[in-house]
Amino acid sequence: MHKFLIRSFVSSLVLLFSLTVAAVAKDVKAAFVYIGPTGDHGWTYQHDVGRKAVEAAGFKTTYVEGVPESADAERVLRQLANSGHDVIFTTSFGYMNPTNKVAKEFPNVKFEHATGYKREHPNVSTYAARFYEGRTILGTIAGTMTKSNVIGYVASFPIPEVIRGINSFTLAAQKVNPNIKTKIVWAFTWYDPGKEAEAAKALIDQGADVIAQHTDSTAIVQMAEKAGVYAFGQASNMDKFAPKAVLTSVENNWGPYYVDRVKAVANGTWSQKDTWHGIGDGMVVISDLDSQMPADLRSKVKKLQADLASGKVHSFTGPIYDQKGNLMVAEGKTADDGMLAGMMTYVKGVEGDIPK
Amino acid sequence: MIIDINFIGLIIASIMASAVPLILASCGELITERSGVLNLGVEGMMIIGAISGFALMTVTGSLIIAVFGAMLAGVLISTIFAFLTQTLITNHVATGLALTIFGIGISAMIGKNFVGIPGKEFPVLFEGLKDTIPLLGSILFGHSIVFYFAFALPFITSYFLKKTKIGLIVRAVGDSPESASNQGINVKFVRYACILYGGAMSGLAGAYLSMIYTPQWIENMTGGRGWIALALVVFSTWNPIKILIGAMIFGGLTIIQFHMQAIGVRIPVQFLTALPYIVTIIVLVVISRDSRKIRLSTPSSLGKSFHKDN
Repeated sequence: MHKFLIRSFVSSLVLLFSLTVAAVAKDVKAAFVYIGPTGDHGWTYQHDVGRKAVEAAGFKTTYVEGVPESADAERVLRQLANSGHDVIFTTSFGYMNPTNKVAKEFPNVKFEHATGYKREHPNVSTYAARFYEGRTILGTIAGTMTKSNVIGYVASFPIPEVIRGINSFTLAAQKVNPNIKTKIVWAFTWYDPGKEAEAAKALIDQGADVIAQHTDSTAIVQMAEKAGVYAFGQASNMDKFAPKAVLTSVENNWGPYYVDRVKAVANGTWSQKDTWHGIGDGMVVISDLDSQMPADLRSKVKKLQADLASGKVHSFTGPIYDQKGNLMVAEGKTADDGMLAGMMTYVKGVEGDIPK
Repeated sequence: MIIDINFIGLIIASIMASAVPLILASCGELITERSGVLNLGVEGMMIIGAISGFALMTVTGSLIIAVFGAMLAGVLISTIFAFLTQTLITNHVATGLALTIFGIGISAMIGKNFVGIPGKEFPVLFEGLKDTIPLLGSILFGHSIVFYFAFALPFITSYFLKKTKIGLIVRAVGDSPESASNQGINVKFVRYACILYGGAMSGLAGAYLSMIYTPQWIENMTGGRGWIALALVVFSTWNPIKILIGAMIFGGLTIIQFHMQAIGVRIPVQFLTALPYIVTIIVLVVISRDSRKIRLSTPSSLGKSFHKDN
């Protein structure tokens, strides 16, 4: 409770500050609303890298960090819309309703909401990345590199995005190594380095020799480095934090999309869109593959990457069964986007239950 | 799953490592509270220590400068608190809360340039002896110097408060500043010193997090551990040895919960997160049944401002 009060207090101070420094210019201005601090080196950090790409393309930008997904968000959005911004990117799922509500009041301002599905007004677009494609690659690597056949997975919150990642990762790992077991630990945080490190340590102590993560800090790869096991970077390239442990990273690359959309506003060609881009469109980027991986694995991964990009391979290709053995995707079919967006069941081979 | 003895050793070692920042910050706060001052700014002082340690390590490359610099940073920020509460006689609770908010904000500001930089490796002691003794090997050996210091600190603190003259003076000031002042003790000076010491220990706790436990800087990385340290002081009924036990319970709950998840036992995570606080409340209820005991262990003038002339 204290923490919450303090956070909201701090964020309102930050907000005040950010709004006073909001740039004054007559050409297109873009604003970004962040859930966390730009210093998280994870989710928000990568969005801010995207914002800097927009700046580099010659546009004015403003950002507000640490905005709670509450009535505060509405207030921030209204203020940004009122202070002459032409396009506003809201970069967290919880901003969905505030974005649509404020969009109605400002029909001339364009709104872009990340990871949501509501587009109630013609000036609202949504966008997200197919991170699960990256996790198909990680699963392939993990299944090949593990010697203990126990793979650890530090998860954040039980939402479709995370479940989809676990499933895609496990399906790919099983494909190359049917004997693997994915052990999942829910940290119930997006970032808390101490907790994430403890979760990773628990998995390593229980025999996992490859650790995957769906939380944001670099603590997990550092723990893996210390313990001499493999790991994968999340959201940004984490190789320099753990040169021996990190085999590759899945990077979120929002820059090209942001530049594209702001340019569209400037040219007057902006229209409502629902974007879900993956490896093919460059929104999900696989970092360099570590030289510790055998050459044939590296070339296999490269090929898989190309096939995912071209659409020749889909992360969820049937037959896929759930934990109870019910058919989820029939042989020869692939999961449609509707199923992916609402995925809340584990596939066969994942151990344990999804916490409620 | 086969539970072998070395596995238990690994778990205990993890729990001890997670307890270190709690022990350091709590032992510091305990001295501050024993002198009658309630400093709720532990979280703020910790995060200042964390960024100062990390920044100094990155800039100077010296671990020694970084560790002592983090303690000094804790001292400096607690000086603000001491000046406000002791010289300007402001309210302890409000000032402490302000200190935490200030610390979180300023650490984020300083930290902007240090995000995304990997930390340096901190040397560990007796690494080679780890495999010589089963179970105890991984518990006793292969830790940083700060780890050993933290586990000695409760005993040093206990000895200091019970057996030394200065310790008695600190307790006297906390129990009855009026009488202490009449005895010729400079209450303000003693309280200043205790606040500054608390700041140094919180700073060290923060440095442990950013330099040893998870060597990196990200905003808010203390993640509420300062508040847990405060709860621990109350939990321990101002007894340093009980801090040691409490810190192991508080730190251990998370780790045991993760292990249970990995094994496949499901306990609602929300319950486990709340457990340390539930335990604190239970302990408080139990000890408050004995009013004599609580009078004996609580610094009687805790959180009350002292004016020399009244």
